[in-house]
Amino acid sequence: MKLIHTPAPRGTRSGRRIATIAALATTVALVATGCAAATPGDDAGSEGDGATEALTIAFLPKQLNNPYTDVVLSGGKAGTDEIGGEYSVVGPLEASASSQVSFINTLTQQGTKVIVIAANDPDAVGPALEEARAAGAKIVAFDSDTNPDYRDVFISQVVSKDVALIQVEQIAEQIGGSGEIAILSATANATNQNEWIKFIEEELASNPDYADITLVAKVYGDDDDAKSFQEAQGLLSAYPNLKGIISPTTVGIAATARYLSTTDYKGKVALVGLGLPNEMREFVKDGTVKEFALWDPAQLGYVAAFAGQALVDGTITGAVGDTFMAGELGEKEVGEGGIVIVGPPTRFNADNIDDYDF
Amino acid sequence: MSERTIIRSGESATTTTAGALPLRVRSRWTRILLSRDAVMFYALIAVVVYAYTQVPYFASTQTVGFLLLDVIPILLIAMPMALVIITGEIDLSVASTVGLTSAVMGVLFQAGVPIGLVLVLCLLLGTFLGAFNGFLVTTLGLPSLAVTIGTLALYRGFALVVIGDNAVANFPQELTRFSTSKLGDTGIPVVMLLVLVVALFFGVLLHFTPFGRALFALGFNKEAAAFVGIRVGRAKFWLFVSTGLVSSLAGIFWTLRYSSARSDNATGIELAVIAAVLLGGVSIFGGKGSIPGVIIGVLLIGTINYTLRLARFSDVVLSIVTGALLIASVVAPSIAEWARGRLHARRTTRLELQKAAAQ
Repeated sequence: MKLIHTPAPRGTRSGRRIATIAALATTVALVATGCAAATPGDDAGSEGDGATEALTIAFLPKQLNNPYTDVVLSGGKAGTDEIGGEYSVVGPLEASASSQVSFINTLTQQGTKVIVIAANDPDAVGPALEEARAAGAKIVAFDSDTNPDYRDVFISQVVSKDVALIQVEQIAEQIGGSGEIAILSATANATNQNEWIKFIEEELASNPDYADITLVAKVYGDDDDAKSFQEAQGLLSAYPNLKGIISPTTVGIAATARYLSTTDYKGKVALVGLGLPNEMREFVKDGTVKEFALWDPAQLGYVAAFAGQALVDGTITGAVGDTFMAGELGEKEVGEGGIVIVGPPTRFNADNIDDYDF
Repeated sequence: MSERTIIRSGESATTTTAGALPLRVRSRWTRILLSRDAVMFYALIAVVVYAYTQVPYFASTQTVGFLLLDVIPILLIAMPMALVIITGEIDLSVASTVGLTSAVMGVLFQAGVPIGLVLVLCLLLGTFLGAFNGFLVTTLGLPSLAVTIGTLALYRGFALVVIGDNAVANFPQELTRFSTSKLGDTGIPVVMLLVLVVALFFGVLLHFTPFGRALFALGFNKEAAAFVGIRVGRAKFWLFVSTGLVSSLAGIFWTLRYSSARSDNATGIELAVIAAVLLGGVSIFGGKGSIPGVIIGVLLIGTINYTLRLARFSDVVLSIVTGALLIASVVAPSIAEWARGRLHARRTTRLELQKAAAQ
């Protein structure tokens, strides 16, 4: 590459620089080999740790600092405590595909017995989970499934189809069976969201009762409060005839409700979806929202902890028909595809919302 | 400032003539051992030794593998980025280039294009994206900060257009396994060999070629550099091409490592790269920095993050520590400079007094 007309003069500095680089390169190499040479120390380090006998259950949600996640985790903690296991939570601050991998790696290294994960991407976590399994960990997926190859069981809220249908039913009731509706989801890649949306679309297309309802848009608020708020705002300006919004995510429905409650659309545009009673209470009381649905998310974490214990004990292997006891929720059965169903969704409205605190 | 320089030259004159006076002149080796790169290196060693002895499970070959796999994309992109920043420019579009490469890789592979050709096309794409940045900055003379903020959004947008909400995950198993495979029992990922080649290339280019030396001059003073015959525009253009190319390489690695091609891959890592480069001693104003320093910077941030995570600190703590470290690394040299100035002043005053007493 002839970029320079005249070569820069070579001074004594060059010698010094060569020496610096050589010295540093050698030492970097030494450190690298030093770390590598540590292999025999591995076992001694972990065996010396008295905690190895405890049943360590680590929860790895999609992201931390999310109100829904906190409720799920509270159930996980309750379940782990009942079992007498050692509970821990790790997780990324952003729900991106690859961000969970480093956490799986550290859990593997710590010799965690059970990893309970809600996958941001069903495949991106795969190789890391395989490595964790090779190291002896049991993998319980909950809330959002991984590719079935990479986990032992999946704890599902409820049958996906039921979740989708209840939302279609609610929106149809509230808009009087006809008109334009839109969906405000979480991230475009979320496994659970996309499955519900697929069922919602199928139901709208196939059920004659919903023939007059048109789905005009699907938007994504990325489970980010501000972005969901803006997407809701965008929907209503882009579709003036919009009669209802389905938001199958707690962040999305709360943000949309907050937007609607401050505008003329309040009470005129119906809003259904999956929400947390504590976040939705004020909007149900002020008339912005008539009725929404959700299961009790704490049960997910609770059952996941018991499933983890059963896997470690060898009570279940994740095969169809295996059963285990999940504390106060009684016996649970592993169904087709290694899926364990927790329970049916609940409808929340002005009459019952004060009975729930999560 | 000028006063101090005068005193200093006077001082060294005294040393050579009257060697009896107790003045410290640093030898080449002490200077190397006290250089910024060396100090950073001691910090890295200190962190490793501390983690090795104090943090459970750190002392394991798994650490080497997991840690290096985590830092490889940052390490790769940091190499050309160091050169770009040394010339006083910046490239913020690198993470979006990674994302767009990943998206294109997924779509091409799904369309049935042979994987070998897909990889070549991806590298060409990266080269083109870098060249586009370079064109805007050098030919049109636009500030690189503005240009690459624009392409940061533009390339990420293209990624969404290309692959949309989908993810492609069924890449050939040999390739995905290769991307995380280790060199025997050492725990060092095989891909590190490639990183080593890239690092050597940029290290030799920066420190041992006229082109590389010219970059420092360019970063110090663009006009002066042009005046002594450095083709400023052409040099910068090729640097942007190199960040694009290396970013697409990182994009291929990212896609295979996570076996998932998606539009949001590597979102935000441009900041991690720039933080590591600055921590590694490259001046954001240009004209200063070294490749060994940058490598140590990347490894230091990577090791600290990994250690904190292993010690069960949350990601909130991680980002606070990284931020504090960056601020400290920028502030520390200024404080050292100030302290050195004070010492000099005091020593020369004492010297003058001694002289006065002798007369």
